[in-house]
Amino acid sequence: MHKLKPITPLGADTPRVDQIGTQTITEVVDQALASVAARDGRRDALQKVLPLILPGVGKTESQSDFTALWTGPDQWMISASHDQHELLAAELKQMVGDTASVVEQTDGWCRFDVSGAALCDLFERLSNVRLRTMAAGDVTRGTIEHLGAFLWRLDDDRVAVIAPRSSAASLHHALMAAAQSIA
Amino acid sequence: MTQLNRLSGGLIDRSATLNFSFDGNSYQGHAGDTLASALLANGVRLMGRSFKYHRPRGVLTAGSEEPNALVELRSGGRQEPNTRATVAEIYDGLVANSQNRWPSLERDMMAINDRFSNFLSAGFYYKTFMWPKAFWEKLYEPIIRKAAGLGSLTGEDDPDVYDKGFLHCDLLVIGAGPAGLAAALTAGRAGAQVIIADEDFRLGGRLLMEAAPLSDMSGVEWVEQAQTELASSPNVRVMPRTTVFGAYDHGIYGAVERNADHLIAPETDKPRQTLWRIYSKRALVAAGAIERPIGFENNDRPGVMLAGATRAYANRYAVTPAQSVAVFANNDDAHQAARDLIAKGVEVPAVVDIRPDAPKIDGTEVLAGAQIVDTKGRLGLTSVTVRLADGQTRVIPCGALAMSGGWNPNLSLTCHQRGRPVWNEDIHAFVPGKDLPPGQCVAGAAMGEMSTHAALTSGAAKAVEALSDLGITVSPVVLPKAEDGPVSLTPFWHVSGAKRAWLDFQNDVTVKDVKLAHQENFTSVEHLKRYTTLGMATDQGKTSNMGALAVMAELTGKSIPDTGTTIFRPPYTPVSMGAFAGRAVGKEFHPTRLTPSHKWAEEQGAVFVEVGNWLRAQWFPQKGETHWRQSVDREVLATRSSVGICDVTTLGKIDVQGVDAAEFLNKIYANGFAKLPVGKVRYGLMLREDGVAYDDGTAARLAEDHFVVTTTTANAVLVYRNMEFARQCLWPDLDVQLISTTEAWAQYAVAGPNARRLLQKIVDPEFDISNEAFPFMSCGEITVCGGCRARLFRISFSGELAYEIAVPTRYGDALMREMMAAGEEFDVTPYGTEALGVMRIEKGHAAGNELNGTTTALNLGLGRMVSTKKDFVGSVLARREGMNTEDALNLVGLRPVDASKPVPAGGHLMGTLGPIDAAHDQGYVTSAAYSPILESAIGLGFVKSGFERIGEQLRLVNPLEGHEVLVEIVSPHFVDPEGEKLRA
Repeated sequence: MHKLKPITPLGADTPRVDQIGTQTITEVVDQALASVAARDGRRDALQKVLPLILPGVGKTESQSDFTALWTGPDQWMISASHDQHELLAAELKQMVGDTASVVEQTDGWCRFDVSGAALCDLFERLSNVRLRTMAAGDVTRGTIEHLGAFLWRLDDDRVAVIAPRSSAASLHHALMAAAQSIA
Repeated sequence: MTQLNRLSGGLIDRSATLNFSFDGNSYQGHAGDTLASALLANGVRLMGRSFKYHRPRGVLTAGSEEPNALVELRSGGRQEPNTRATVAEIYDGLVANSQNRWPSLERDMMAINDRFSNFLSAGFYYKTFMWPKAFWEKLYEPIIRKAAGLGSLTGEDDPDVYDKGFLHCDLLVIGAGPAGLAAALTAGRAGAQVIIADEDFRLGGRLLMEAAPLSDMSGVEWVEQAQTELASSPNVRVMPRTTVFGAYDHGIYGAVERNADHLIAPETDKPRQTLWRIYSKRALVAAGAIERPIGFENNDRPGVMLAGATRAYANRYAVTPAQSVAVFANNDDAHQAARDLIAKGVEVPAVVDIRPDAPKIDGTEVLAGAQIVDTKGRLGLTSVTVRLADGQTRVIPCGALAMSGGWNPNLSLTCHQRGRPVWNEDIHAFVPGKDLPPGQCVAGAAMGEMSTHAALTSGAAKAVEALSDLGITVSPVVLPKAEDGPVSLTPFWHVSGAKRAWLDFQNDVTVKDVKLAHQENFTSVEHLKRYTTLGMATDQGKTSNMGALAVMAELTGKSIPDTGTTIFRPPYTPVSMGAFAGRAVGKEFHPTRLTPSHKWAEEQGAVFVEVGNWLRAQWFPQKGETHWRQSVDREVLATRSSVGICDVTTLGKIDVQGVDAAEFLNKIYANGFAKLPVGKVRYGLMLREDGVAYDDGTAARLAEDHFVVTTTTANAVLVYRNMEFARQCLWPDLDVQLISTTEAWAQYAVAGPNARRLLQKIVDPEFDISNEAFPFMSCGEITVCGGCRARLFRISFSGELAYEIAVPTRYGDALMREMMAAGEEFDVTPYGTEALGVMRIEKGHAAGNELNGTTTALNLGLGRMVSTKKDFVGSVLARREGMNTEDALNLVGLRPVDASKPVPAGGHLMGTLGPIDAAHDQGYVTSAAYSPILESAIGLGFVKSGFERIGEQLRLVNPLEGHEVLVEIVSPHFVDPEGEKLRA
């Protein structure tokens, strides 16, 4: 084990949790991410060697330790537990060989899970993504406060927001302000 | 003061008495009152002064179209000017003040303007302030600026929060009068996603203002029933206090919801207003109609108001503007005002109707075929003078006059995309044309369907039609029976022969001004508007435009439709700047990006600079340093003598993979990349399509099919976007995959003679980073600090022996701390962007100042890098003759002959003799710094044929600031020109 101690996107030792009214905003740091982009004409070959179904537009698929999010034509983001799969990109590259390009994305992003009954009221103040019509498992790339972000509906009352890590503080401020607006 | 003009009934809550003040006087009103209704109830008719002549003005309307009763609400940071008293809800503790007057509303010294009205006619500005020319800046402009505007701001920060958001619906219903409610009920019952928005705080529109029943219930009861149903429908969102102010592309509507304007202050952290962007599949405009005034002599006295407004005040607010109210009309609808007032016990001395066949009314005298020719009353109406049908005149004492020239459909939202309204001869008004914004339809009075019955049925029918378009099946709803009288009106715009008959009350435009505009050939409506200021400012001519263009039509002999209307533009009513800003205020104006070492740098007391959205450490002041130069000089000297560390995470990083990755980069860069060996880095230059250099950086080859491209911080997104465009559109057949990894890796430059020794303490021992094993321009994937995955690049921006080391961002903070600890024995120094800049100038590296959008590879001294053997972006146009001239600008170094002199950046270079002018320009300075190594100011710049002029002296001049420094042209590589240090 190396001696470099990680910090969270918000710059602390432990992830932040905020409760505002009925909404809970949780900084999530325990997920590894890697992008997988099929090489030219190799989508089917990629699907054969991957242990999970590659989802279609706006969808996610989960299997065993992995979840795949559609991010673009023949492109996906794979998410898995950081503790179990810190070297996720290397693991996936082993699996997919030359059927796909794999890039470590874990620390390119920050993630906040927002839960609570008024989820849709909160996000309609932040994004033009129509969260109300998204079912559990749907994911859409849109913008929040000028930041490109994935909105991934985990459940009726839970959403993951995945956005550029360097702007975690700005995103967190936006989430907090919107939560206060509807509290 | 008692509420002497309060009537019985109405939709106010008499159990809730609210205290408020106007111009320092205390009054009482009730919940449900607007400021205007409460002031009228208290006998206050004078509420403002007109813009130009400062004429005393009272309330004209009962809605958002109000031109006169503009007030300042609240105080301190919450003070809001130009607020219409007719839509401002009162609350306990409301503070309101009149505006555009001095010293008081009753005694306004600026009313002197009225005496000079002959001089202040239309076009006054254009005619008066033209001469003498010298007077403009010192005299005219300050005077005009002082006189301009209506209300005032305190200059204090607004303490409130504003919000914004996004809504989606199948059908957006704009207006909750009978048409809007019928539409919303129809669509709601069909299960469609419906938003119904109304600017009023209470739904119902004109149904709140009228006394006529709907089937067996009152209009108000029907509204309440409808509202209950809509509120309980999960698919319907009812939005009172929400003004839909603009119709934009693709069915998007702008709306502002006033969440807390009716409260003394918003709850903590709750928004005062919310700006909504509504994405509608279909939109129904049910915005009603606006009554039009009649022009006659002195028709602007407080107490003269629209007939529909007097009805609204009487029926909804239980208020009369005076105990005696006369009526002046050209239509039957206005007679209802007389009936309603009489029913409420108000005296109506006469109804003056221009029509010879005007019907009679019980309880008052109808003066058929008569006209009002003058009024009296300095601060409020006391009488009207009527010219009877037989030519005799009669003076009728009254405290208020209800006038009506008919109604105009409220067209604004239907014309926001340049729709042209069409003339409807039946109602003598413009109605929406066929070129509505896509997805929009119109119902009710906004469509010219003026009866309540027509409003209800057209609202329901348009909802059915709109939803059918969307494939939603709709069952017809049962609608109540309502009045269905025809519009009975004789067009009448102004009483002829009047000296001053107001058309635009807010901007003081009279019939005479329109005549003057016509006389001076400003006959187009758009010219008329600009020449007279008609229809400008806060009300945008809602009550005035029609009258003025009817007068213009009369003068030109054209019909009204041939005369046309001016263009309608959003916003429909004023929107506060706070609402547009939303939460994006102060330091949250835009998102910021923090580097991985930000927290550590803050602990060191770093001074930060914004670079795009990034906050970068600019320098790290140490104890005793009082000037930034001391810190920067120290950082440079320490780095060049031992070792320094700088966070360079902000440079763009683009991961490029694929079978054709090398070929792709070969097409992107001006220089060759196909043969770059694995484990090596190469400096690369990118050109625009036009051959001008736009970004530089490095590409590291980590595997045969894997590169990492770095870009400048500023161009990270642009380069990525251009590469995606090239991948998807220019060479879609190449197998290339791209993704940004800028944020995924924390990257630090470690530079200086001791850089390797420091890194050898960080890099795990199995990786040999000696000069032999890891020479200049090497790269590799390694581990650090006992196994953490990392990347190492031996590249140098400073000109020193240098590396860039990267670890996953979460470990960046820890790596910085580890390196600082490991470097203690070398007196390691963190350095910021200033020292970075000084060192790159010393080394002669081009940066954004040199890649300024006008320079080529040749200019930059990189001409030999540009391949002539391959095709790449910019290759063809880079060969243009004009970009390859012999006297082209070349990047050179500049040193003052006298080392104590500065090198002013931005200065231009001239020969040592001769004139200083553009014709003799030899070049210009792009970057300048003080070099602590050379103990002299130095600069980089472009000089004509500069490469051949090393050693020549030039004058560096800045005529604007009076600089003139003698400089010598030198090599741009001030430090280590042979590159021995970076290869050590």
